[in-house]
Amino acid sequence: MSFKTEPLVVNFGPQHPSTHGVFRMIVSLDGEVITDVEPVMGYLHRGVEKLAEERTYLQNIPFTDRLDYLASMSNNLAYVLAVEKLANIPVSPRAQYLRVIMAELQRIASHAMAVGSFLNDAGAFFTPLMYMFREREKVLDLFEMTCGQRLTYNYMRVGGLSHDIPPEFLPALGKFLDDMPGFIDEYEQLLSENEILLARTKGVGILPPQLAINASVSGPILRGSGVKWDLRKADPYCVYDRFDFDIPVGKAGDSYDRFWVRLQEMRQSVRIIQQAVAQLPQGEVRSQVPATLRPQAGEAYAHIEAPKGELGFYLVSDGSVAPYRFKIRSPSFINLTPLREMMVGYKVADAVIILGSLDIVLGEVDR
Amino acid sequence: MGLTEMYGLGIAKGMILTLKHLGRKPFTTQYPEERLSLPARFRGYEFTWYINRCTGCATCAKACPHGCIRIVTAGYADNRYIVDTFDIETSTCMYCGLCVEACPFQAIYMGSGFERATYNVERLTLDKEDLIAAPKKPSLYAQFTLPKPREDDEPSLAEAVARGR
Repeated sequence: MSFKTEPLVVNFGPQHPSTHGVFRMIVSLDGEVITDVEPVMGYLHRGVEKLAEERTYLQNIPFTDRLDYLASMSNNLAYVLAVEKLANIPVSPRAQYLRVIMAELQRIASHAMAVGSFLNDAGAFFTPLMYMFREREKVLDLFEMTCGQRLTYNYMRVGGLSHDIPPEFLPALGKFLDDMPGFIDEYEQLLSENEILLARTKGVGILPPQLAINASVSGPILRGSGVKWDLRKADPYCVYDRFDFDIPVGKAGDSYDRFWVRLQEMRQSVRIIQQAVAQLPQGEVRSQVPATLRPQAGEAYAHIEAPKGELGFYLVSDGSVAPYRFKIRSPSFINLTPLREMMVGYKVADAVIILGSLDIVLGEVDR
Repeated sequence: MGLTEMYGLGIAKGMILTLKHLGRKPFTTQYPEERLSLPARFRGYEFTWYINRCTGCATCAKACPHGCIRIVTAGYADNRYIVDTFDIETSTCMYCGLCVEACPFQAIYMGSGFERATYNVERLTLDKEDLIAAPKKPSLYAQFTLPKPREDDEPSLAEAVARGR
């Protein structure tokens, strides 16, 4: 015997702990089953793209810190790569290697936060998050001794880096790299076989590979669906073609696979950093670039594999000191595209887990 | 999903790990009583500004993405502008450090403080007097060395050089 129920429209957010910021989902429910989802975004819109059009190329670097504020180094990197492409500026080998080290450390920190908050959404309140924060803290300490800040680094510069690493950086990094695989083992022991987590995440929010490609999602979400696509291999930037690493892919494309891919990517990042430290050359870290850069009129697009997916900057120059157009292809925003398809048919309690497994950062969604 | 596989073994494994952690020392720092030592490059509050080194060229004001530094000069004498107003609006400052990087005379440094709560937002604007009276604890961000001592330097600069930062 089945009951006929009235459809119920529920507001998730904008102020809801599971939305990781100010994101609103208008969820239509049939009993407990989701029948429709409408995402509403824009609550954190600051107009970065427009603001950037009236500032110089150098002054825009601190603004990129504030897009995906959990992965500022990656944002810096994507932006300076775009400017370097636009103005044909060479970068020294040491700066290239240090950029790779910083970007991979940032990937570890961002994935630690993603996994921790995902488990928070799954109901494991704050214990796993604090385990993750223990490691993220160590990465932040490394960044702090390098560039003086813990969240908004402003470290990359057009033509290299703002300055070299301090002498105490490499010993501290070595210790971190020795400890980190043990910590990841700990997470796996704690979480990967935990039956409660398996029951909550396996088979929840399945994203088929074909839909993932059609919705142009990228990063761990695409790889969780079993598509082996990583810009570090597909279109190597910096010196990624010199390192040996694997691309972990999931099988089912469910929330668990996305979580698992992130854990494995942290291992691969440790491998990349170890190789980069072993090959790190000496030399200058910043090439001579005029203080007020005036690139020739033209356009450039540079993209990197940021922790959340393909992060691209499209810049148009009209020959003046400021970019004529400053477009950000932000992974978090585009990864929200298949949200409705992923959520429809699941229970309302799964909506939180599916959104958590996408790992969105609202600073980047709204820009 | 395999509900038949659920014997609680995975939970038990996790619990063993939790038990192991029970014997470990806590790594929390009890903040107001205990303090961590900050790195030399930490970018913090209370900009360190050396008035005798500043020529009033306003390179820092031009470098600031928000335009939160305001400089007014009164005349030109002895190869430098006479600085009349030097306001840093720290309520909009984002501590990016581009002003420090831009200064050609090593006249401005980031500070090392971080406790900047006030009851009044206007007190977050540091004017010339505030900057002169501020505790001079320069951060070594972007300017990795303190300037070579000169005769007309303030005593606080000599003290900072003696301390190493």
